[in-house]
Amino acid sequence: MYRRLITLTLALAAILAAIGPISVGAQDDCDFVGEVVIGVIGPLTGDIPKVGQSTVEAAEMAVEEINADCGLQIDEENYEVIIAVEDDESKAESAVAAATRLIVDEEVVAIVGPQASKQAVPAGQVANDRETPMISPWSTNPATTLDRPWVFRAAFLDPFQGRVMANFVAEEFGAETVAVLYDVASDYPKGLAENFRDAAEEGGLEVVAFESFTTGDTDFSSQLTNIIAAEPDVLFVPQYYNEVPLIVQQARELGYEGYIAGSDSWGTPDLLTLCGDACEGLFFSTHYAADIATEVGQTFIQAYEEKYGAKPDDVAALTYDSFQLLFTAIENANSLEREDVREALANIDLYEGVTGVMSFDEQGDPIKCAVIIQINEGAFTFYDSACPAGFPPEGESE
Amino acid sequence: MQFFVQQFFNGLQLGSLYALIALGYSMVYGVLLLINFAHGDIFMFGAFVGVLASMVLGLPFIPTLLMSMIITALLGVTIERVAYKPLREASRLSVVITALGVGLLLENGMLALTGADPRKYPDDLITVDVYKPLGISISNVKIIIIVLAFVLFLGLYMIVQRTKWGMAMRAISYDKFAVPLMGVSQDQIISLTFILGTGLAAAGGILWGVAYTGLSPYMGMRVGWKCFTAAVVGGIGDIRGAMLGGLLLGFIEIFVPAYGNDIGISSTWRDPIAFGLLLLILVVRPTGLFGVARRQKV
Repeated sequence: MYRRLITLTLALAAILAAIGPISVGAQDDCDFVGEVVIGVIGPLTGDIPKVGQSTVEAAEMAVEEINADCGLQIDEENYEVIIAVEDDESKAESAVAAATRLIVDEEVVAIVGPQASKQAVPAGQVANDRETPMISPWSTNPATTLDRPWVFRAAFLDPFQGRVMANFVAEEFGAETVAVLYDVASDYPKGLAENFRDAAEEGGLEVVAFESFTTGDTDFSSQLTNIIAAEPDVLFVPQYYNEVPLIVQQARELGYEGYIAGSDSWGTPDLLTLCGDACEGLFFSTHYAADIATEVGQTFIQAYEEKYGAKPDDVAALTYDSFQLLFTAIENANSLEREDVREALANIDLYEGVTGVMSFDEQGDPIKCAVIIQINEGAFTFYDSACPAGFPPEGESE
Repeated sequence: MQFFVQQFFNGLQLGSLYALIALGYSMVYGVLLLINFAHGDIFMFGAFVGVLASMVLGLPFIPTLLMSMIITALLGVTIERVAYKPLREASRLSVVITALGVGLLLENGMLALTGADPRKYPDDLITVDVYKPLGISISNVKIIIIVLAFVLFLGLYMIVQRTKWGMAMRAISYDKFAVPLMGVSQDQIISLTFILGTGLAAAGGILWGVAYTGLSPYMGMRVGWKCFTAAVVGGIGDIRGAMLGGLLLGFIEIFVPAYGNDIGISSTWRDPIAFGLLLLILVVRPTGLFGVARRQKV
């Protein structure tokens, strides 16, 4: 009798395992002839789990919407979209393993993610080597897509962001001296710190202190004391939402009274809860602002708020755009072959997404505007936008 | 001069926190000859109990501290009874692996229980005041950490040197078979050691959480390894060594970036230099600063 029970249980487990990837929002009257599996990699655990959460939420929403519209149409047949989610644990090795698993085991058509550059850069190598299209929604470090025809992104690049922030602090605060505190062990902060430093020097600002720490450090008193002694007008902190509160609080406690500014890694709302009053009034550059979004953006924001009870952050918006780009590419290619999808992605010229209008260059990087956000009364509020020269082209809304 | 004094207090704060954790490693090793690799995660557990006490139950600072120390001490004793006691006669390797396993259990258990989002204490647990005597900035949190660490260390030192229990703890580290012959229960003394060691780690956890917001289940892993190194450099088994080792590590971590720029070394070199110095100390004195060479009867 027990043997039968065990056999039944094992059979049930085998069936459940075979179902595998998540099926989201399918409609019964669409007559799906097959499935399209899209891989998703995000930092579900580790230092920045909120980024992972936004990733999955936006992914599920995008997939639900398209499946409600009968999925993807290829050769006039409907294909249901399902996602296979992997956790990169905020670690480079795990991102590589996740990408490999998705490509080899799950045989995904394409991958959306990873988000942080530290994971996106090595995972991009895997995707490129194994000839699978990959779009990183949030990674801003150039190395993710450089010389990798299979890897794309939805976010602007850090050399651009560095210039945006260097210009901003000079104009807004009349700053003449700047200092930087960054994590030397992580691709994004290190790259952006250097971009900012170069842009600041080009703009005639003096970089009086350029201090670094290692991922996981929580005490910055030594570096901050150095920085304060150098008397900068502005301190630039290109760090993630779990580190910024520590740095800002310690800087104030050590007597720093100058300006502090940041970058798109500040954009997760948890920063506000962890930082509290210390972060009031500070500025940072990012990909989009919920309060000035276009019509396309507003539709997305309302739908997201209805589904999840909170406004989407930049990670969610970019992930959603990445999925839309991918869907567009697959339907343009009218094929599920990775090579065809890749070519279709490379051929997308001008696109209007939730995060604004973007056009793509030869490296698969978007040219788009950045926004400056200020932390006002405990919320992110739009302050200004900063666009590359000559962009957006005439006739397109921002 | 101001710069030096400011950095000195920075180092004192960081060093005091490291020392509180290193004390636990030293004590357990001294009594059981076991490196309790789960100790860093016990520190993390103490910090999280503090989250429960302050955020969920709304307790003020001192009750939070006491509640965390007591509950973490209970955890420590439980771990000892369940995981280490059955292996007292087994090989050293088995216990070490078990300790690593316990650590992983605590980390992933906490991750499963509370999720990956960083936690914090309420802002008014200790309201931060910054004093600026003579151009240096010292917050009241810094002072509380330094004073509390030294007070706890002195309390521990008194217990170990001046009480019968302490004498029994020292006796076990000399010759653990003779102690029961003197009518002292080995189990009780070992439990007491764990209570004291883990209680201190919990205090360290709470103070850490107050000083550095954003507690995550893996915080103990990073800090634990550093403090273990500090305890070894100070002379593992001797609590003065743990205190010294912790303070030393804290000072090195603060002063290398502080003065490195003047000699052309960027703050990136902090960790290689810090651990290089610790390595050098061990090369010169392999048993650590306060350590005594142990003779092993074959």
